[in-house]
Amino acid sequence: MKKASLLMMLGALLLLGLFQFPLWNIMLGAPQYPEPLGINIFINGLEGQSEFDLQNIDGLNHYIGMKTLPKPEDMWEFSVFPLVIGGMALLGFLLGVFGLLGKIGARWFLGWLILMTVLGVLGMYDFNAWMIDYGTNLDPNAIMKLQNPDGTPMSYKPPLLGHKQLLNFDAYSYPRLGGYLMGFGMVLTFFAYLVGRKKEYQN
Amino acid sequence: MQFKNFNRLAFLGVFSLLLFSGCGNQGSKEGANGALNSSAAEKVYVAPGEKDDYYAFLSGGYSGNLTVYGLPSGRMFKEIPVFSQFPTSGYGYSEETKPLLNTSHGFIPWDDLHHPDISQTNGELDGRWVFVNGNNTPRIARVSLATFETEEIIEIPNSAGNHSSSFITENTEYVVAGTRFSVPVPQRDMPINEYKGNFKGALTFIGVEPEHGHMEIKFQVIMPGFNYDLSHPGRGKSHGWFFFSTYNTEEASSLLEVNASQNDKDFIAAINWKKIEEYIANGGGKMVPAEYAHNVYDESTHMATSTMIDEVLTVDPTEIPGAVYLLPTPKSPHGCDVDPSGQYIIGSGKLSADITVHSFDKMIAAIENEKFDGDAYGIPILNFEEVLAGTVKSGGLGPLHTEFDSDGNAYTTFFISSEVVKWKLGSWEVVDRKPTFYSVGHLMIPGGNSRKPFGNYLVAMNKITKDRYLPTGPEMEHSAQIYDISGEKMELIYDFPTHGEPHYAAGCPAELLAPKSRKIYRLDENKHPYAAIGPEGAKVERNGKEVHVYMSTIRSHFTPDNIEGIKVGDKVYFHITNLEQDFDVPHGFSMIGQNTSEILVMPGQTKTTVWEPKKPGVWPFYCTDFCSALHQEMQGYVRVSPAGSKVELKWSVGE
Repeated sequence: MKKASLLMMLGALLLLGLFQFPLWNIMLGAPQYPEPLGINIFINGLEGQSEFDLQNIDGLNHYIGMKTLPKPEDMWEFSVFPLVIGGMALLGFLLGVFGLLGKIGARWFLGWLILMTVLGVLGMYDFNAWMIDYGTNLDPNAIMKLQNPDGTPMSYKPPLLGHKQLLNFDAYSYPRLGGYLMGFGMVLTFFAYLVGRKKEYQN
Repeated sequence: MQFKNFNRLAFLGVFSLLLFSGCGNQGSKEGANGALNSSAAEKVYVAPGEKDDYYAFLSGGYSGNLTVYGLPSGRMFKEIPVFSQFPTSGYGYSEETKPLLNTSHGFIPWDDLHHPDISQTNGELDGRWVFVNGNNTPRIARVSLATFETEEIIEIPNSAGNHSSSFITENTEYVVAGTRFSVPVPQRDMPINEYKGNFKGALTFIGVEPEHGHMEIKFQVIMPGFNYDLSHPGRGKSHGWFFFSTYNTEEASSLLEVNASQNDKDFIAAINWKKIEEYIANGGGKMVPAEYAHNVYDESTHMATSTMIDEVLTVDPTEIPGAVYLLPTPKSPHGCDVDPSGQYIIGSGKLSADITVHSFDKMIAAIENEKFDGDAYGIPILNFEEVLAGTVKSGGLGPLHTEFDSDGNAYTTFFISSEVVKWKLGSWEVVDRKPTFYSVGHLMIPGGNSRKPFGNYLVAMNKITKDRYLPTGPEMEHSAQIYDISGEKMELIYDFPTHGEPHYAAGCPAELLAPKSRKIYRLDENKHPYAAIGPEGAKVERNGKEVHVYMSTIRSHFTPDNIEGIKVGDKVYFHITNLEQDFDVPHGFSMIGQNTSEILVMPGQTKTTVWEPKKPGVWPFYCTDFCSALHQEMQGYVRVSPAGSKVELKWSVGE
């Protein structure tokens, strides 16, 4: 159980990377923006890829009537997400410690991973819901009111993952270092479960 | 077996083809232009989206501006206003920049910009600033190479025709300004024909503060009344000396083309400025009354201030033993150029066929051994033979100016024979010559006036254009040619028109400047007293007949864009702050009936333009720079009521 517990502890601690590195990133390139504008999404707020990117994205978005990008105080997520991530990291670490002390079995690691996955899916769902609202809930007095060929109002929702063309902009949405560390950490906790379970069977 | 032989034959065939094409290439380099065209085109072709290798700063001469080009493409990137009003940006029209053009003669909207020189550290280009001279009303300007804007202009007292300027010492300790005309010093009412012996030539040493580049006149050397034409610093072993070419040592005041061309030799004056520094440190020199303007632009307030200074320190060279010597140089030398090692001082006698090269080592030896041929007004004249390193028997006529590559070659322009001649330092043999189109003045090799030249390209700046381009009536732009000088022989690769009259240029590798070129001015560093930082800072204030409009701009509206309560007879100051913090998003402002130019406001900047409405009515203003898809909507109105009307001052946006 020692190896499994150490893996569990390490995997859980990797979540803490989210306090330092962005979870996700959206880049917006256009002919007029050969150096694309970018948003780094942290668990506690948004930052521009370059210093003035958020301001410049807001400046462009006002033409199509999008709301300004949220400040940390504008969204409950930015205060709750750090607590959830911090809590899950602590919980996972403690489970590892208990595992090391032989107090609990490997299924607890799997339990943590399932909980973390559920929370992650909820987080992604919430993120997507925000993007839908951001991309479709537009000012009725917007300067440019564009429609799809079928007559419905055009949505400017950025993609959850991958590339999408938004008018003159190419939007690219991918995880960043914090997100990759979290994912890698979760994989480690799954290995912790597998290694622990194998050990338990052997015993 | 047969197959093998066939292979061998094929191999031989290819080999001989290579051999022939090799010969062909070499032949064509010597030969006619036609065969060269395709490879020349490749050499100057900078594909769409690609960047040039070098920046070139060409003086604009009588345009008063400095133009920025790329090499090898010859594409112009920017015209930097320096000594002339520039309605394109509002330079010299905006309230913030008007003080830059202030002088002891009042506001002067124009000058004749001649010689750019890029700042140096240890004799190598450092890309901090470029210094330029105003020839007509003597001034030196400093242009920032981060913003590519004029930041400072200092007037030179006791000078007239500020031509042997604005050359810098190898650590930018000084920027040096020498007078072309000698004049009474101090200026006074006297008969012109009493010139000889009474007029003086001031050589001015302006200290450059290393951090911000601020200029201050440290001293003026009051020389005999010759005409000081061009100058260059010593470098390396000759660091501490400065060399000035002279003409009119005859001291004629009329019909100079004849009367100043009588002496077989004029001089190159060698000034030991370190010795003069010592002399001043020991209390030497004389502070004399003077009147000159010092104008400084502050990037944080976006505003220039002009200060008048009332005295200047002068030194009499005859009172400082060992400070000044005269090197006889044939036939009214123009260029006075120092090679990268600092050993050779090249004097281009412009009425001569030959180029005269002086040796710094021989000069020092001649001074030590007192090899003098008399003196001029107490300044020792060194024996010509004792200082002469060699003579380049060029076969051309009218040498003007020389620059250098890094392989011990010199390149001299010949105005009269219209050509560039490449020759070897030390052996003085001519290696190559190529025609220019036509009558070349100066040439430029990036870094060619420093310890470290970049010997890829040479730009020849011509005085006469004639038939080079499609005709445009009697007045045409001047022509310039680019030569590839990376090989033994020079190769003409491009020909392009320049703006104004380039008298000189300075170039440097692109990577020295491009990474530090500013994209925006930071709004959070904007200390302009009338800035509207954010739309909430917008307001209109009346102070008697003066009205100050604090106006902000962002794509694509002005705040405020409706103003009422302005009256005929008011003086309305529009202080426009551009709130954008995005690269290359300027906004402009222009008001109908305004007796001045528009202003172009860069992101984060504040600029002010004045309007004095003369008629009641509702008068529009608009943004002059196509800033966005809704640029055309970026407009507003000012209501002007008759003088004495009771209409209340109010302003709004979006109501």
